[in-house]
Amino acid sequence: MRSDVTGYELNAPPDVQAVLAQIASEPGRHALIAGGTELMVALNTGRLASRSLISLQHLRELRFIRVTADAVHIGAATTFTDIRRDETIARELPMLVQAASWTGSIANQNRGTLGGNICNASPAADTPPALLAYDASITLLSVRGERTVSYSKFHLGYKKTALEPDEILYSVSVPRAYEGWRQYIRKVGTRNAQAISKTALAGVALVRENEIEEIRIGSASLADRPLRCVGTEKAVRGRSLAGAGLEDTVRLGRAALAREAKPIDDIRSTAMYRSAVAANLLEEFLRQLPS
Amino acid sequence: MKAMVQLTVNGEQHQIEVPAMKRLLDVLRDDLHLTGTKEGCGEGECGACAVLMNGELVNSCLVPALQANGARLCTIEGVSTEGRLHPIQQCFLENGGAQCGICTPGMILATHYLLDKHPTPTLEQIQEGLAGNLCRCTGYMRIFEAVQKAAEAQHAV
Repeated sequence: MRSDVTGYELNAPPDVQAVLAQIASEPGRHALIAGGTELMVALNTGRLASRSLISLQHLRELRFIRVTADAVHIGAATTFTDIRRDETIARELPMLVQAASWTGSIANQNRGTLGGNICNASPAADTPPALLAYDASITLLSVRGERTVSYSKFHLGYKKTALEPDEILYSVSVPRAYEGWRQYIRKVGTRNAQAISKTALAGVALVRENEIEEIRIGSASLADRPLRCVGTEKAVRGRSLAGAGLEDTVRLGRAALAREAKPIDDIRSTAMYRSAVAANLLEEFLRQLPS
Repeated sequence: MKAMVQLTVNGEQHQIEVPAMKRLLDVLRDDLHLTGTKEGCGEGECGACAVLMNGELVNSCLVPALQANGARLCTIEGVSTEGRLHPIQQCFLENGGAQCGICTPGMILATHYLLDKHPTPTLEQIQEGLAGNLCRCTGYMRIFEAVQKAAEAQHAV
């Protein structure tokens, strides 16, 4: 049933400092709302627990794409449409553009934000696998100051993140380090448009003399959180991609992913299907690597 | 909690006091009596409530009123001018792009946005541009044809 909107508060503080002051003075009381593509659905279906919301959507300070020599810095309130329109991201970080294009319809991409996608912390979210594979870092702000942590350390459990009650996500920084790397991303859902993932896999690999010199893999819906597949990476790093060596690499990779993945049965898919498909995606990625 | 919200809807300025979390969809329909914008799913899946907000296509069921404060909005009522149908509307009419009509306002606005970004869209671009608008009557083919005709009509003008 839909919620009675008169029972909810929504404030739009003038700047980020005012947001930080408010959440620091009443930690845990307010939910942050950016594009509303998640929380408004919760409101409309009577599932929005927090009665007090703070809007971030109007804060220009949080909506930017800044390119520096070694990274692309993306503000938390940057929309998926902003990401799809950025030329540097399109050229150097195509997996992020692909993931942004999977996130709901055009109307939702015009509103939904990268920060929301991350902080909502769904294990099935579209952009986390790419951000994990790209080894992104994130910057968090509070009245106590700012801290930057590896994105791979952000998701701690089901819908549980490293955000402290007085912190907000400020930006996501993706290294500009992938020239010459292979990039692979694929999502499997019920239909092409708007479907939430059954599973998804994103990977980057540096291949030298037909060996995997470096590899990083991110995944969706294989665990209680977006999962960086470090065990699988370790199993195939340094392995051969030539002839029979490739077959061994594929076998080792599939086995490691099967050990590492802990998917569940839910309304969208089954654990068995997710494991099988994820292994197939990994194999597809590895088989594309030989030069 | 109520908030004063300023909206420019189809060129007309409004200042209204509404609950800050009231859906823009309900503000349009209940407070401004612009009932052309429809509610389908209420979850941002179907696009029946799509409007243009500051030129961007959005689902009005997912926009809290306060986040629309100061915005320029275009609803289906603002698409035609001086009682004359917009070429997009005319093409939907002539090509069977509308049947029961519930999805049509959202389809028209999504098409408006699509042709603004891609004046000569490929079929793939049309399909992506309208992927957020569900229609249970037409089977979509006539809608795609209507959009193609509308793109041609815009170039003829």
